[in-house]
Amino acid sequence: MSSGLGRVVIVGAGHAGSAAAAALRQFGWAGRVTLIGEEPLPPYQRPPLSKAWLKGDADFAGLLLRPAAFYPANAIELRLSERVVRIDRPAKAVRLITGEAIRYDCLILALGAAARPLNVPGAALRGVLALRSVPDAEALRRALRRGVRLVVIGGGYIGLEVAASARVLGAEVTVIERESRVLSRVACPALSDFFAREHVARGVRLECGAAVEALEGAGGAVAGARLSDGRLLAADLVLVGVGAGPNQTLAREAALACDDGIVVNERARSSDPNIFAIGDCARRPLPLYGRTMRLESVPNALEMAKQAAAALCGRGPPVPEVPWFWSDQYELRLQIAGLPFDVAQTVSRGNPETGGFALFHLTADDMVRAVEAVNAAPEFMAGKTMIARLRRVAAERLRDPRHTLQELAS
Amino acid sequence: MPRVTYIEHNGAPHTVEVPLGLSVMRGAVDNNVPGIDADCGGECACATCHVYVEEEWLPKTGLPQPGSQEASMLSFAAVAQPNSRLSCQISVTDALDGLVVRMPEGQH
Repeated sequence: MSSGLGRVVIVGAGHAGSAAAAALRQFGWAGRVTLIGEEPLPPYQRPPLSKAWLKGDADFAGLLLRPAAFYPANAIELRLSERVVRIDRPAKAVRLITGEAIRYDCLILALGAAARPLNVPGAALRGVLALRSVPDAEALRRALRRGVRLVVIGGGYIGLEVAASARVLGAEVTVIERESRVLSRVACPALSDFFAREHVARGVRLECGAAVEALEGAGGAVAGARLSDGRLLAADLVLVGVGAGPNQTLAREAALACDDGIVVNERARSSDPNIFAIGDCARRPLPLYGRTMRLESVPNALEMAKQAAAALCGRGPPVPEVPWFWSDQYELRLQIAGLPFDVAQTVSRGNPETGGFALFHLTADDMVRAVEAVNAAPEFMAGKTMIARLRRVAAERLRDPRHTLQELAS
Repeated sequence: MPRVTYIEHNGAPHTVEVPLGLSVMRGAVDNNVPGIDADCGGECACATCHVYVEEEWLPKTGLPQPGSQEASMLSFAAVAQPNSRLSCQISVTDALDGLVVRMPEGQH
């Protein structure tokens, strides 16, 4: 196998799967590479679906990760609109819904995550949308017009990005968040407060600590969201953004180890040495933090794609990367590097009132573990470097603008 | 179509044709040129499409606009040099036919 003469089958043609196919060729894999996707479209970028693309600022060609000609040019067999229903490990084959079996020497699962459904009455009404795919985004874009009343359920990244895009398009927007603050799973309370204020200042109505009990409709179409306190919020359109769960059924049914994600090692290998799992569907080790986690992000998908391709091509493991995330809302660019594990102190630089600012999160013994930066690219980059190098920086020095970022990170 | 040469850190050159108006980053990604990661897909959010522009091409590519997102990202990229650019911010024009860029050792 290390000679690269076997056949690699990749299930899932999103960011992770397509990056794995490309990396295999970059690293010299000489055998067959087959990339199987359920959607009819060639691999495309998902992040713009809630941002530039939704606002009409990007066209479809720009959405594609690579041009259609890329795949034949790189001898990547792209099988679109195909659904894999079973992994037959003894036969080393995947079975399609059509009955066709595709043999593999090595299998890469890049199955992604699926939007969590909202389990309340009325969730199937017309006008209740989720956002994962181009068809989802098209439906949302068609419906988003000036004056439309949009209720967003879930104040996470997707919910807030759609809220921001919808405000720019002139919709009336209400965001309902079950927790006491927005971005509760991904940001610190101070950052949540900042984004909540920014959204409210731009006319978003924000309902935190509010639970949706039912969606109510008229003539089969959604007309409002009923809260548990009895209030009815009128809606022409509802976007559900309440998180995503890993697509791991195929793996579980094939008896691969799963634990909120397909469990893999630092080279993206699952409990079957011939099967890798990458991207949103995988639970992976995070060497910088000494624990395992499932990450839903493009950089994670790309990093794991490189891990799997490097392992298959007999190359050394790529350098572990610092997890990072970004979100664009209005003219605010949020960039987060690292994860706030074992954090005991938070230091801010910059000024939220006048411009960019960043929050650095440190352990009790001053190790920089995460940075959250808003319109503050240098702080983001500096923080990312500090995190990668396991740098210790005394909080009082980090807080003091007389110490430059260059000085602090070197 | 303008031709762009990407030189990997190990010295391996890759010359490809890049359609007018696409970025130098897209030219690398679309042709599977190793060494440019482009995590964010061209949003100027990640600095993983960092290149060094060969000296003689600098007058034509220019440098990052002072105060721009690109300049801020590069102001702290660990291996930035005076001729550093983020390749997602260089749009290919006829004037750039023959452009040569070099890749840093790593993008992360």
